[in-house]
Amino acid sequence: MTVKYADVALGAEIPVKRYRVTRVDLVKYAGASGDFNPIHWNERFARSVGLPGVIAHGMYTMAQAGRFVTEWAGDPGAVLEFGVRFSGMVPVPDDTDPPLGGTTGGATIEVSGTVAEKLGDNKVAVDIVARSGGTKVLTRSHAVVRLP
Amino acid sequence: MALNEEFVGRVFGPGEPYEVSRVKIAEFADAIGEPSELCRDKAAAQRAGYPDVIAPPTLAIVIAMASTASMHSEPGLGLDYSMVVHGEESFSHSRPLHAGDVVVATTTVESIRALGAMSMLVTSTDISTTDGEHVCTAKSTLVERGK
Repeated sequence: MTVKYADVALGAEIPVKRYRVTRVDLVKYAGASGDFNPIHWNERFARSVGLPGVIAHGMYTMAQAGRFVTEWAGDPGAVLEFGVRFSGMVPVPDDTDPPLGGTTGGATIEVSGTVAEKLGDNKVAVDIVARSGGTKVLTRSHAVVRLP
Repeated sequence: MALNEEFVGRVFGPGEPYEVSRVKIAEFADAIGEPSELCRDKAAAQRAGYPDVIAPPTLAIVIAMASTASMHSEPGLGLDYSMVVHGEESFSHSRPLHAGDVVVATTTVESIRALGAMSMLVTSTDISTTDGEHVCTAKSTLVERGK
């Protein structure tokens, strides 16, 4: 555990984290989750259904927000409630240059959070926002976490 | 095509029991970048008070999706999955899933509504052990984009 209930202040900001996502992450997520919708790995198909290109699974983005919370709490089992609204897509472009020191492909998901409420029973409510490419991709998102 | 509103209130499942494995938990944790040893090391998980390694909270979607998939593919619903994007998702956990859990999922169609050319489908999936212990409820809003 990295935080304790007694030490958490109302309104405290959880340090912002930035998570890189590239095509291989989406392929791994497709395999691990069983969500093989081709909009998450096939550029041609994604464009054919009116998308800008391959986009991240909404659940991949949600999982990054989840990881943000569980890393803060120090325990993936501490998360009791977790809800998000998907307010924007995360396009994940393919590499445009060979990976020789450049990271031209991929996207960054930036997650921030605030302690919104201290509840009874060592529970705290956290408001979460995720952004990518200047757009809010998760809004009205929150978690309830039980801390030691 | 508008979704068939007669599906509201229908219940799908429970389907076949799903056995949560250490390998799946580690694979999922790797795929999302969850670094916790509680997802990988049984001894560490037990020191933290869990019976075995625990799943990251969003792993429940794997079980929920398997439960909703049979409903989505029902021709009577009229869902074009290629036009679907995720609108909202929430999980309410009674406890984390852990390796060794054998669970079943039951999905209820909560609402269907048209929003211009789009349709919104809200489902709620209860995940419980085969002994009847509630583990998680996953609520999903899917949006079918208009053509």
